[in-house]
Amino acid sequence: MPIFQTTSYVFEDPESAAAYFNLQEYGNTYSRIMNPTVAVFEERMGNLEGGAGAVAFASGLAAQAAALFTLLEPGDHVVSSSALYGGTVSQLKHLLRKMSVELTWVDPDDPDAWRNAVRANTKAFFGETIGNPAGNVLDIEAVASVAHDHELPLIVDNTFATPYLCRPIEWGADIVIHSATKFIGGHGTSIGGVVVDSGTFNWSNGRFPVIADPSPAYHGLQFHETFGTYGYLMKLRAETLRDLGATLAPLNAFLFLQGLETLSLRMERHVDNAQAVAAFLESHELASNVTYPGLAGSEYRPLVEKYLPGGAGAVFSFDCAGGRSGGQSLIRGVTLWSHLANVGDAKSLIIHPASTTHRQLSDAELQAAGVRPGTVRLSVGTESVDDLIWDLEQGLERVGSVT
Amino acid sequence: MIELERYQDPLTIQRVLHSASTIAIVGLSSNELRPSNFVGFYLKRHGYRVIPVNPRETEILGETSYASLLDVPGPVDVVNVFRAPDALPAIARDAVAIHAGALWCQFGVINEEGARIAEDGGVTVIMDRCLKVEHARYVGRMHWLGFNTGQITSVRTGLE
Repeated sequence: MPIFQTTSYVFEDPESAAAYFNLQEYGNTYSRIMNPTVAVFEERMGNLEGGAGAVAFASGLAAQAAALFTLLEPGDHVVSSSALYGGTVSQLKHLLRKMSVELTWVDPDDPDAWRNAVRANTKAFFGETIGNPAGNVLDIEAVASVAHDHELPLIVDNTFATPYLCRPIEWGADIVIHSATKFIGGHGTSIGGVVVDSGTFNWSNGRFPVIADPSPAYHGLQFHETFGTYGYLMKLRAETLRDLGATLAPLNAFLFLQGLETLSLRMERHVDNAQAVAAFLESHELASNVTYPGLAGSEYRPLVEKYLPGGAGAVFSFDCAGGRSGGQSLIRGVTLWSHLANVGDAKSLIIHPASTTHRQLSDAELQAAGVRPGTVRLSVGTESVDDLIWDLEQGLERVGSVT
Repeated sequence: MIELERYQDPLTIQRVLHSASTIAIVGLSSNELRPSNFVGFYLKRHGYRVIPVNPRETEILGETSYASLLDVPGPVDVVNVFRAPDALPAIARDAVAIHAGALWCQFGVINEEGARIAEDGGVTVIMDRCLKVEHARYVGRMHWLGFNTGQITSVRTGLE
């Protein structure tokens, strides 16, 4: 796959240039909006998720903001799961407020909570396939059904499952987003994100004039009527990406494409290792509340069997004895697990959410996200699982000597 | 319920795209922001001869507009329809009368009677598919904007 390391593209003639800018012809204009290397990554993600296509962004959070900006206007309202990645909680809470968009948090496990939160100005539901870090599994079909009863799209962050383990569009999700930084890339080298659209949501249902009506941001173009299945994606690219400018670099797209080559192999190993590490921790006296939804005793086991038959991902948390200082002792004690703020690398990762990824959250928000003072989050890698368990065991011995 | 799959066969679609040279667009709009105008503009750019069929216009995209398919001089390879579904039977009868090669009905232009009339008259039917999208998928540059063409392959020349 060549890396098109270029800002722009020599046009054949003035008519072609105009046709590209008018969206009358598929053509490259400027790498803030499209790039051939990035396009290959986008098409493959669209294909893997079973969508109509995709638009890539500079980060997962940029992808998420863009997915929402494309369908929201000031005065609108969003209903979201409360058990989310801390960065997403911050984005939804603060960025949406700055846009004058209202937000309601709901318990993602309760379909009635989603239903009861809908208002006349609600424009979207938002949740994660597997919640970060609490390991809650979204009942995608049930929540999508409530969303569709109200002619609303369900947006699902599928980062932790990847399309190898779950394809939310097959269960009714309308838009799928990813932090490609995680398992898609898989090697901790590149930040990026992507939005995949199913192409099946009816944006002309009267609730979404921002997509259906003539757009003042694109000389009166009606994106849904003109591009049909591809209307949301066209608007996402030609307006939102154009105006936000959070573009994925072609080199990063290349690295993500390399990651996709081994996604299936890595995910098989990730879930096998995660299952074994979770079982080890569940039996350890200094570990409690092991949230891996693949465990036989997990309340999410039925949802795992339905949505994640190939495995429940590789990121989960547990509570280390000794609270905050116990968690910190464990992190100091391990020698194979890397202490860093990422998940989804081929190597195993460990972090203390209350002091890092979820630091900006209030106590109540921490509680809703399943984070306690001693909570430690693991991202189980693809190393030999015996080595990973050995390292946790010797790290927990140090916790035991302190507590 | 109409079985749309029989009117969406990929090989038939590619045969029509590759063998056509003249495309009459019934319901072509002169408004540059209408979907029909996007399709007509695109097809002209890609070398097809586009013939507007619209009784309310005299010229669209620089081409003479005709009131009816029956008024079009010379052979028509594809009749591309941007009209309400219930207009399809009459258009199909005209397509048969002028010995068109194919009747291509855009997204949502679904009418069983129209399809049957065309088929019985020896006209290939493609239904609920966009001519521009299918051209871009198999021949053009739909890959360039990150759309899922369903055409990811190791074959250098693409899939058949």
